[in-house]
Amino acid sequence: MQRIIYFLIRNKDFILFLSLLLICLSININYNEYNKSKFLNSSNSLFSYLYDTKFTISKYFNLEYQNKILTEENRKLRLHIYNMDDKKVDDLEKINFDVTSGSVIKNSYSFTNNFITIDVGKKDSIEIDHGVISSKGVVGIIDKTTSNYSRFISVLNTNFLLNAKFKNSNYFGILSWDGININKVQLKDIPKQANVSIGDTIVTGGNSLIFPKGIPIGYVDSYKLDNSQNYLELEIQLATDMANIEKIYVLKNNNLSEINSLDE
Amino acid sequence: MNKFVSNIITALILIFAQGLFFNNINFLGSINPFVYVFFIAYFPLKNNRTFFIFCAFIYGLIIDIFSDTHAIHAAATLVISFLRPNLLKLFFGIAYEHQVVKFDSIDLRQNLLYLFSIIFIHHLILFGLEIFDISKISLILKNTLGSTIFTFVVIYILFELIINRKK
Repeated sequence: MQRIIYFLIRNKDFILFLSLLLICLSININYNEYNKSKFLNSSNSLFSYLYDTKFTISKYFNLEYQNKILTEENRKLRLHIYNMDDKKVDDLEKINFDVTSGSVIKNSYSFTNNFITIDVGKKDSIEIDHGVISSKGVVGIIDKTTSNYSRFISVLNTNFLLNAKFKNSNYFGILSWDGININKVQLKDIPKQANVSIGDTIVTGGNSLIFPKGIPIGYVDSYKLDNSQNYLELEIQLATDMANIEKIYVLKNNNLSEINSLDE
Repeated sequence: MNKFVSNIITALILIFAQGLFFNNINFLGSINPFVYVFFIAYFPLKNNRTFFIFCAFIYGLIIDIFSDTHAIHAAATLVISFLRPNLLKLFFGIAYEHQVVKFDSIDLRQNLLYLFSIIFIHHLILFGLEIFDISKISLILKNTLGSTIFTFVVIYILFELIINRKK
């Protein structure tokens, strides 16, 4: 018994090291399974407050670019208004998706699993699994919220999966990211008889309840047959520049509970 | 006691600098320096090893919360804090064993080798755990090398400014 205690005391550094390392590895492995560890993140209040303060200072340096994006978007919306058919106005009474606007206070794209923190939260009725888009296209899905802030899984996260289809046909596949290039994502499982050409627009498919059908994601950059020789694997150039996003919109599906009740 | 407080202040400054500034450099797309390793590499030599390992773990965990990563910084920092005495012995040899090494009066070549190896080990573990996929070994090595060189340069500049100036 004395020897065991002596052994423990002599090797206390190594035992401490090993046990702490095991804690680290278990956190990391749990995460890799799929995002179980939600207690380590920067949307808790102290860190959000710091990032918020930093954002209020640094946002001024980016104003010109963001203004340009907003002007461009206004132009498109005006084009819509002026060309709208009169009969479609009635549709506005039944709103399928609520839109909340917010700003990115902490962007991240240098890892293989990126999360982005934004300055809207439960107070603005943001909940888990709401979709996030920029004015140009899809950027992510909310995965954690606090009362004033929330965090979303970026498209640039190897655990992010999304149903996507072609704008001009109905072939659909699964969108994911391989962690290599921050401008390119991969679209898999497209049947090989699909008529693909470089530059085709890829949009969200209607199979996901998170995003409405037809929000742009990106453009086909190149394509090749996958290992099974039956499906195409496409490289997609993202529509949004993930390294420079500031204004985002959070989409809430108002019919979600009704659709979910069908499955019960 | 005075030194203890000044060490805590150094650590806090490095944590904030890493979280708010160095994590957002994204040189050539995705290369960031992990300057907070400075604290582990040049922590005063005479100290309680158990206490140091525990401090390193907490220190890495705070960096993790800042960067939205999952205990990868904590693991990497933990490993280098554990290996530090062995690395010091390897690079400074007898001088370290007789406890005459002081960071403000060491040989330049030995110092550079020591710094490079400690940063390389840290980054290899960091990116290995972050990507966590052995089939992407080339990506791990590419990221490791890129960041190692960047971190090395920044930390060496800090070393010249902070530690060597005291002479």
